[in-house]
Amino acid sequence: MRQAFRAAFPVTIPVLLGYFSIGIAFGLLFEKAGYNFIWTFFMSLTVYAGAMQFIAVSFFYGGYSLFQIAVMTLVINFRHIFYGLSFLDRFKGMGWKKWYMVFALTDETYSLLCSRKAPDGADEKKFLLCIALLNQAYWVLGGVVGSLAGSLITFNTKGMDFAMTAMFVVIFIDQWKAYSSHIPALAGIGITVAVLLIAGPDQVVIPSIILIVLSFLLARKQIEAKMTDSSELLKEDAETVMDDVKTEEKEKEGEGRK
Amino acid sequence: MMLTFGESVLIILVIAAITFGLRAAPFILFSRTGTTPPVITYLGKTLPPAVIGMLIVICLRDVSVFDAPHGIPELLSVAAVAILHLWRRNTLLSILGGTVLYMVLVQFVFV
Repeated sequence: MRQAFRAAFPVTIPVLLGYFSIGIAFGLLFEKAGYNFIWTFFMSLTVYAGAMQFIAVSFFYGGYSLFQIAVMTLVINFRHIFYGLSFLDRFKGMGWKKWYMVFALTDETYSLLCSRKAPDGADEKKFLLCIALLNQAYWVLGGVVGSLAGSLITFNTKGMDFAMTAMFVVIFIDQWKAYSSHIPALAGIGITVAVLLIAGPDQVVIPSIILIVLSFLLARKQIEAKMTDSSELLKEDAETVMDDVKTEEKEKEGEGRK
Repeated sequence: MMLTFGESVLIILVIAAITFGLRAAPFILFSRTGTTPPVITYLGKTLPPAVIGMLIVICLRDVSVFDAPHGIPELLSVAAVAILHLWRRNTLLSILGGTVLYMVLVQFVFV
């Protein structure tokens, strides 16, 4: 196990940088919503989904029914359905650990597991498990650190929740570049704005989701004709995530040298 | 905390259960056949950008264009995030830069 750990750790460093810092931001926001580090610890332990946990912070301010929360989670994390497809064979024979691997398939872990293989001499299954465990450890630790820092911070935090909007704008731009058709992205914005204008800010979530899914199903032929092969897209997505962490890693190294 | 202890735990459990269900679905549904229904694949590639677009709008849904400050802090900060990200493509820098600008705007400029 120690050998697998030594092989896995260097591979996870880009995720360490990303998860630790985003984890801190999540811990801060959750603390601001009135939930201390124990809550952050348990949420990062049981939910373990980066963007989703950010969105979930707004649920804790009230105003959402459990049904709305369930539907939002379903739609936002829908992409995770595809991650497992690449590992149907690779996770075989791992016993109970297989279900931890399945649980831990976040965007970042997925892209690491896709792109890295165990070095010679290291046990492949243990290598995969070490990557997954290390990544979640970074995420949980970052959250707890952010939460504790948040409880000590005394400056005015008004406007800090804009971090969530900023994160979605960043993801939106990354996806905009990775996708061959911009119809889905534009439709998502257009439909939600239309619902917002008609139904008002309190009734926007569920109608928007229903309209988006319905219109995508109805216009499937037209949209599909403009999109490239799905497997290529998913691969591109994973690579974009990896490119991001690699750039961050390089920049961190650069700063370190200075 | 605006919700009770039980409500909060329930929210976390619902999100955790659905997220795990989605991650486990291929191992339960497709492990024998090895093929995904085309409609699922199609939704899987079209929904993510639409959902992110939707979430941006939802984040900004309480902004009023008609009342002061007319959504100007939000507009400037979103633009800052976009420009930073197109320029340096560093996720952390983009999020941090935009958020700090927004905090300065709402705390000191458009008070």
